[in-house]
Amino acid sequence: MKPASFAYFSPKSLDEALANIAEVGDDGGKILAGGQSLVPAMNFRMAQPTALVDLNEIQELFYIKPTDTGGLVIGAMTRDRTVELDSLVKKRAPIIPECLYWMAHPTIRNRGTFGGALAHSDPAGQLPVVAVVMNFNFHIQSKDADRWSGADDFFVSVYTTCLEADEILTGIEVPAMTKMSGYSYKQVSRQTGESALLGVATLLSLDDAGIVKDCRIAYMGVAEKPVMAMEAMAMLNGNQPSDELITEAIEATVKGELDPGADIHASVEYRLHLARTLGAASVKEAVIRAAKQE
Amino acid sequence: MSDLMDIKVTVNGTVYQRSVEPRMLLSDFIRFEIGLGGTHVGCEHGVCGTCTILFDGQPQRSCITFAVQADGHSIETVESLGTPEKMNPLQEAFQEKHGAQCGFCTPGILMTMKAFLKENPHPTEEEIREGIDGNLCRCTGYQNIIESVKLASEKMSHSGSK
Repeated sequence: MKPASFAYFSPKSLDEALANIAEVGDDGGKILAGGQSLVPAMNFRMAQPTALVDLNEIQELFYIKPTDTGGLVIGAMTRDRTVELDSLVKKRAPIIPECLYWMAHPTIRNRGTFGGALAHSDPAGQLPVVAVVMNFNFHIQSKDADRWSGADDFFVSVYTTCLEADEILTGIEVPAMTKMSGYSYKQVSRQTGESALLGVATLLSLDDAGIVKDCRIAYMGVAEKPVMAMEAMAMLNGNQPSDELITEAIEATVKGELDPGADIHASVEYRLHLARTLGAASVKEAVIRAAKQE
Repeated sequence: MSDLMDIKVTVNGTVYQRSVEPRMLLSDFIRFEIGLGGTHVGCEHGVCGTCTILFDGQPQRSCITFAVQADGHSIETVESLGTPEKMNPLQEAFQEKHGAQCGFCTPGILMTMKAFLKENPHPTEEEIREGIDGNLCRCTGYQNIIESVKLASEKMSHSGSK
């Protein structure tokens, strides 16, 4: 058998799961969500958890609910494919299905979960960068505590979040996209379903005079976790989004804020080239979409 | 070795009870515990797609799911599709259009396409290409696979079967 031995728990309720992980978390036990990243790592024995607390039978963690403020709350175990095809998600947070389209293949998204993909904190993951741009709110529970974390604090580094060994990410609050919000998710990968070389997510609004406000741009694939394009955001906010300004703003971020690494698939120069072209294309698409709304 | 766990899994309509280690992969369970060799194992880390089965009706990778997770659930493998005497329209189409070359990727592609055609009975060629993008064919016989899926969708719409 490929994976190393582990003790297996299949709790039927969240309370039971919290008790299980409190018991085994500090001794190398882990949560098993969809397992589409964890189990491959276990098959290679790169991951050898001593115990798995499987959340797949906990019905209370599978849901998509509207909030009164125009956003959504998504249960951590909701399958990525369910989120991708959900009409309420499409209406209230259309950037989510747009980025999920790029995540692996439909067969993987049938099993993979929304919370799992976030808690995995893959630096080339689609959901973390969208979480940062939309400022998701993460509901984190343990046997004795219950807290919320913003996206800025949630992602710490490669495969590392602020979750403690005895904690479970149980739900994700997706804030409302404000009126006149334009959005865009773009990435380049060598083929559909493969890991992204670089990706960028943009959210912005236009006021009645066509001036940019609430602009948020973030990159993935350039660092250990998603990077906000602070300089580009500052240059775009409060101004008319002309093509020249967009190019200039993205250039400021590429020169001043991005420091990507090289690997077998892409050099530093190529990643910076992608950051320029995809960044500008993403902002332009978001502007066009914002202008189309009432 | 960790403790054995008793599980009850429905495979192709038959309920099987077995005692397995938690670390046993669902793909190995299907092949070695149930004895159904149609589900092939390629990369064993979720990339190639040949181990794809239907888990409660949805295509999933059996090599990155544990057998214990299938306890109480229903699995369909390629053996459920048809027999050499009475093939499923998908299998007929793959035979007619030479959709299987060496045949190694075929079980995963058939199971993925069974669910795909149920969701989308009249796919365009572009949609078929996207539908099989999670299944690798080392013979690179994609052209014939796409032709086979097209023919299968025609056969199914004529016969009205699923």
